[in-house]
Amino acid sequence: MFTRNRRAPGRSTKVRFGVPAVGVMAVAACSLGISSAANAGINWSSVKSAAAGGGLPALVKAAKAEKTLNVIALPPTWANYGKEISAFHKKYGIKVVSFNPDGTSAEEIQALKQDKGRSSEPDAVDVGESFTAAPDPSLFAAYKVLTWKNIPAAAKDSNGDWYNDYGGYISFGCDMTVVKTCPTTWKALEGSQYKGDVTLNGAIGEAAAATDAVYAAALNTGGSLTNVQPGISFFNTLKSDGNFAATDCNAPAVIEAHQCPILINWDYLNSAKSYGLPASFAAHWKVVDPTGKDFAGYYVQAISKYAPHPAAARLWEEFLYSTQGQNIWLSGGARPIELPAMVKAKTENKTAYNALPKVTGTPALPTVSQSANAGKTIAAAFAAS
Amino acid sequence: MTNGPAAPRRRGIRRSTTAGGGAWIGILPFTVYILIFLGLPLYEVVHGAFTTDAGQFTWHNFSTIFSESQYWVPLKNSLILSAWTAGVGAVFGTWLAAAVVAGKPGGMLRRVVSSGSGVLAYFAGVPLAFAFIATLGRAPGGVLTVLLKHIGVDLYAHGFNIASLFGVGLAYVYFQIPLMVILITPALEGLRPQWQEAAQSLGASRVRYLRHVAVPVMAPAFIGSLLILFGNALSAYATALALVGAAIPLVPASINDAINGNVLVNEDRIALALGVEMILIVMVIMVGYWLVQRRARRWLQ
Amino acid sequence: MSIGPSGPGGVGVQALLGELEEAPTPQQPTRRRGRPRIWRVVILTAAVIFFLGPLIASAKYSLIQQNGKYGFNNYSQILSNGDLRRSLFTSLEIAGLTAFIVVSLMLPTVVLVRLRMPKLTLLLEGVTILPIVVPPIVIASGLAQLQGSAPSWMITLWFNHPLTALTPIYVVLAMPFSYRAIDTGVRAIDLRTLVDASRSLGASWFSTMVRVILPNVETAVLGAAFLTIALCLGEVVIATIMLYITLPVELIQVGALNPGVSVALSVLSILFVFLLLFLLSFLAGRRRGSTSVRVI
Repeated sequence: MFTRNRRAPGRSTKVRFGVPAVGVMAVAACSLGISSAANAGINWSSVKSAAAGGGLPALVKAAKAEKTLNVIALPPTWANYGKEISAFHKKYGIKVVSFNPDGTSAEEIQALKQDKGRSSEPDAVDVGESFTAAPDPSLFAAYKVLTWKNIPAAAKDSNGDWYNDYGGYISFGCDMTVVKTCPTTWKALEGSQYKGDVTLNGAIGEAAAATDAVYAAALNTGGSLTNVQPGISFFNTLKSDGNFAATDCNAPAVIEAHQCPILINWDYLNSAKSYGLPASFAAHWKVVDPTGKDFAGYYVQAISKYAPHPAAARLWEEFLYSTQGQNIWLSGGARPIELPAMVKAKTENKTAYNALPKVTGTPALPTVSQSANAGKTIAAAFAAS
Repeated sequence: MTNGPAAPRRRGIRRSTTAGGGAWIGILPFTVYILIFLGLPLYEVVHGAFTTDAGQFTWHNFSTIFSESQYWVPLKNSLILSAWTAGVGAVFGTWLAAAVVAGKPGGMLRRVVSSGSGVLAYFAGVPLAFAFIATLGRAPGGVLTVLLKHIGVDLYAHGFNIASLFGVGLAYVYFQIPLMVILITPALEGLRPQWQEAAQSLGASRVRYLRHVAVPVMAPAFIGSLLILFGNALSAYATALALVGAAIPLVPASINDAINGNVLVNEDRIALALGVEMILIVMVIMVGYWLVQRRARRWLQ
Repeated sequence: MSIGPSGPGGVGVQALLGELEEAPTPQQPTRRRGRPRIWRVVILTAAVIFFLGPLIASAKYSLIQQNGKYGFNNYSQILSNGDLRRSLFTSLEIAGLTAFIVVSLMLPTVVLVRLRMPKLTLLLEGVTILPIVVPPIVIASGLAQLQGSAPSWMITLWFNHPLTALTPIYVVLAMPFSYRAIDTGVRAIDLRTLVDASRSLGASWFSTMVRVILPNVETAVLGAAFLTIALCLGEVVIATIMLYITLPVELIQVGALNPGVSVALSVLSILFVFLLLFLLSFLAGRRRGSTSVRVI
């Protein structure tokens, strides 16, 4: 469907920087595999859409010439990113270098801030929503993918600085060899039979999954999208009651070693398959979307302003927001942002769609500013105490 | 100052007994290196700790870390944890090193232990944490936990938990001991059996050896290594993160939170102030060490 | 006749008292060669259990394959991974260069300070202990800030390559342990006598350092080198934050495939570094007996 949006080359009125499109194509075709900024006729770092750069074929050519794409904090089993990367590589021949796969959203933003000019600076990031309110002059480069209009308005920055990519619901993963019953509500976590059982993926305030677990708890313990204090109290109570276990369940090996009896995490991450756990373990692992207000959280894509491979970065986004890219996320158990549009156009992967975890109750989806504010409050409350 | 053996006085000897300009040139490479590669990053840290984002001098960061309890508790925990793991590591490390050194020089045992110590001194972080989880984690995960349960000893029912500061300390001991072995072995190797025999032939008892000979001579090396172990535990973080990640009350965790969390909460200068705090702690201990050494030196004369 | 504290001449009672005996081991009765030493057996056995136990428990998980059965699948996955070769070379290069720089900087400094400027000892100890006290994350942060304000030519030439960017920092990180190891080794020999003798025979400083002092502090220098190499092959915090692909960093990526693989990886890295250090220990040649002094 997006292919119909492709602009024909030569419609120079669409090119924003006054460079004739033909000249752009010619020079882009001659550019070598060095950072395109100085050598190509077009500076892809400031290109805001494929059309502005001369169309998708021009983008593909320029990206191929750059030969490399730097990504950060993308574990292979997280929403099927391994497949995204290998499919991208297969389609365009661009080498994808994956840095710090276990990194947090906070580390991604730090990398953008500190690694300007480095050849290994991330070209694009995938961060939790609460991390897009970066206090610095924007670290992101504005870019609108070809399928821009399929992304709901509330799920993107009007300027094109960032845009939601996929999301899911906060769920409970239960190790049935340790706990007898898997809790189905948030209040049930306070039960005395769950002493030392409740664990998180990462540290609150640093990892989006952990921070959003608190946010989700807030919604279900009397708070709201703008009032997270009940969630903070809830987790503090869990800690003082001894129900909260301090073990960091980020490493799947720790889960395999039965140290994470109840793991609160995104539903698309909470499956034994996405943790890479052996079959013998998977047989005793259960995932439950708790009843009540279901907290939906989406992650956000953004292109680095100082990306060393700007064309490859933009092509990567085009790929992720193409039907193929969106379906790869879908088959990873996540809900791609363009899913509603795809269902309408019947381009979604039906098997994957039907395999999505069933969600009961009313979904609650915070806006970006609500997310950012909640994140700040939660991080401050849990800062190293 | 000892005189050399009765050798003819030559230019060479005279030159070697005075602190000439040559010595300063000799340590110049080291000094320059330190100034650039340690001095500069440290300058950034100290400078950042004392300034605001706008660049003005401020005490704010330090007043915060010394007044708020959210920073006192980690400090207390870090000091206690580092002290006991350093102590245990130093004592057991010395015993282990002694057991090895008493064997054949150049033998297989010596080689295996020195290589093994080199590896294990740096075995930390997630792999170490996992090794301890696999051993002492909650049943049915921890091999030892399960074994002990079979013979009737339920560790977790008695309040033990590997995901606690004590568990973190156990894991720290795992690398503190090998580190001590490496650091203290040269001192132990320098002990010569003839000296013991000579002193014995002078009529001194074993206890007197230890008190007047072995301990004073080994003391600088022992205490210096103890200090290293202390500093090592103080700044260790990855292991603690992996074991008690969601809630670690330790100073490096505060630093990490402040640095990484600063995209949400602007605290990176607090992190730098905490870094300076850690440096101050060690400086204080160094001064104590120096005072002890001075006394020991007088004692030795 | 050995050149040492028990040599001829008025070396002084201090030297005699400075004669050290076997380590502080209160349980040890009068030593006599050939008698079975129980304390040694006890300590060594306890050490084997304490150190190998957790490793074996870990290894158990590395043998659980994806299909749930026990086997070596996780190991074969790693060993057939060709990408690791490049990062292995990078890390070995860094390790070698770092160890060389560390020893070249520290040994002369320790010797000179001890010989000529003993008052500087405390300062030296204070400076070399600093890197261990400052957590790697702070160093990485300071380094990242430096990088952020560095001119672009520096970034291209210096920061873009792990060998140039990481080695200087690793040298600094290796200093605390290396200083302590080398210092202990230098204290254990009669430095002044060796140097005096060597210089009086006409050797230059360089010769003295390399041919007289170095062989006598072999254990210490090797210990320092071992620790440095192990550091370089295991350091991940700074390398990850500064976005370099070194061996330990890449290993973490491979380990992300599945938990069994990540545990198998840590077991393999231990074995690999152990083997490396073990082989290097043979470079030291025959361990000297405790009475003779070696001179090349």
